Amino acid sequence: MKPPLFDYRCPSSLDEALALRSEYAYDSVVLAGGQSLMPMLNLRLARPEVLIDLGRVAELAEITELDGGVSLGAMARQRSAERSDLIRERAPLVQQALGHVGHPAIRNRGTVGGSVAHSDPAAELPAVCVALDAELVARGVAGERTIAAEDFAVGFMTTALAPDELLVEVRIPAAATAFRTAFIEIARRHGDFALVGVAAAIALDRDGLINDARLVFTGVGLMPVRAREAEASLLGTSGDAAALATAAGLVTGELQPRTDAHASGDYRRRVAGVLTRRALVEAMA
Amino acid sequence: MTVEVAVTVNGQLRSAGVDARRTLADFLRHDLGLTGTHLGCEHGVCGSCTVLVDGASARSCLMLAVQAAGTEITTIEGLAVDGELNHLQQAMGDGHGFQCGFCTPGFMMTATELLRENPRPSEAQVREAISGNVCRCTGYESIVDGILRAAELIDE
Repeated sequence: MKPPLFDYRCPSSLDEALALRSEYAYDSVVLAGGQSLMPMLNLRLARPEVLIDLGRVAELAEITELDGGVSLGAMARQRSAERSDLIRERAPLVQQALGHVGHPAIRNRGTVGGSVAHSDPAAELPAVCVALDAELVARGVAGERTIAAEDFAVGFMTTALAPDELLVEVRIPAAATAFRTAFIEIARRHGDFALVGVAAAIALDRDGLINDARLVFTGVGLMPVRAREAEASLLGTSGDAAALATAAGLVTGELQPRTDAHASGDYRRRVAGVLTRRALVEAMA
Repeated sequence: MTVEVAVTVNGQLRSAGVDARRTLADFLRHDLGLTGTHLGCEHGVCGSCTVLVDGASARSCLMLAVQAAGTEITTIEGLAVDGELNHLQQAMGDGHGFQCGFCTPGFMMTATELLRENPRPSEAQVREAISGNVCRCTGYESIVDGILRAAELIDE
């Protein structure tokens, strides 16, 4: 189908965008890269009165160094992030995940912030943000605040952003550079929404023992889900086969994915366990 | 709400006043009369409507025309050089890369981007690149062969 009628606003600065968002709040939607919003408009799942296009707000598109970590402007294209040397060096998990996001033509348009703010529980980047302890910067006309990635999603496709706020930046802290990482997912077809995916991040101490572990899953809940028991089981181990088997078993036990038209909950739990082991092996390698 | 949209399409500056909700695909087809770009699913799944926006492939059903204002767009109509088929077109034709032809423009634009960025792709890279384009006739073998053949032609 075709998009419904709406008023179109195209601010050229962030201040202008924030003023529009403040004025229209719930009556507006924000167009970032459009790779989720445009289908929703075409299918008329979204019927905004006002569409605020951030495409000309150049200040939001930068990828820059930040205190040993990296800052991704919300409007940075996924393809830019995929090709950024800075991100390859400091947050390779972002690129490992982006390879699974749609297809090149989607990533050419899709933005980092758009995917995070859309907060689809099957999406890769929100899980990556949780795994890396990213800080999400929200700005409104009243000012700016930082939201921990883990607190960002509050329900199904619902975030902690107020209706007059915009997600302006994703900050990946320097500490994330210590992680060895992997991202794996299972989808019916490459590029489709995954049935289950996992972002794995582990850090080793000087003796080669795991002293930090993150296992964040997509497609198993209403938002990215951490498998905390499995993470805890890895601490102090060398990540040997027995430790990975234990972690995989705990994942299968602690996740409670729902059954839907695409896969049963039990299938997803089982796949999550298998992906856990594979992702940890890849991360350790 | 009407907006004036000016874009450079296949090297020519074109403009029209359109509804803000007009997709780039409909803008090309209805307002500019460039019906080479095909529109299949209209929600970003099939890849038929793929065009190049400032050289980068994009689903024209997932862009508003107004978002494209000021960009350079290449469509299937812009591939031939001085009325002659380019290497990719020639290779596809020679190898019977297409059957019904509906998906063709999307594949051609996707392959154009691939070959520009990676002039000698492996078969796996070709398959990865076209993974977002759906063809219901060929089974993809002849399309993959055609793109690989085009890479050879470009090399010669």
